Amino acid sequence: MTAVYYVVFLLLGLSALLTVVRLVIGPGVLDRIVTLDVLVTLFAAGIAAEAARREDGTGLPVLLAVTLLAFVGSVTAAHLVEEREGMR
Amino acid sequence: MSAVLDVVSAVLLIAGAVFCLLASVGVLRFPDAVGRQHAAAKAQTLGLLLILLGAALQNAPRYAAPLALVALFQLLTIPVTGQIVGRTAYRTSALAGKSLTEDALARRLPPEERLPPEERRPDADGG
Repeated sequence: MTAVYYVVFLLLGLSALLTVVRLVIGPGVLDRIVTLDVLVTLFAAGIAAEAARREDGTGLPVLLAVTLLAFVGSVTAAHLVEEREGMR
Repeated sequence: MSAVLDVVSAVLLIAGAVFCLLASVGVLRFPDAVGRQHAAAKAQTLGLLLILLGAALQNAPRYAAPLALVALFQLLTIPVTGQIVGRTAYRTSALAGKSLTEDALARRLPPEERLPPEERRPDADGG
């Protein structure tokens, strides 16, 4: 099973790297909002996989909080973009 | 029995991780914010769901409750994020108008709120 977790964390790290590339390149604010949302999902996936690997559930409430905060953050940031860039 | 559980959760974990990777490639390659949100939503729902399911199979059953709750909240919140990002992208013209083959919102919006003509594709119907 350790090889499985090795592969899972490798893939998650690679996708986080690609997401950070889009975070840096991303022309507009909206792209960065979407990218940060994906990053938080990858964190959540990492926390879940780590909780499975160590077979203890102490990290799971963190998972819940992280995913909900990501949603609130994305919605608020998108609303900020509407205000700042002026809706057509 | 635990060998079967190990194999099943291994397959689910790896499938979820591969799906997250595909979605990240999608976020990198798609042309505009709406397309990237489309790709991102895949990772946030199915990718995370598979990993949560794989993790739930590994742990004691009592840890499955928070994981199921996270999966439920993801399935509830990601569509809302997608709708808001799409709406903001359209309204602040962060949308690559050229990629819209069918602009259904244009029919319902007053003229001044539609995509300006130079950003629309000439053959995009629904204008």
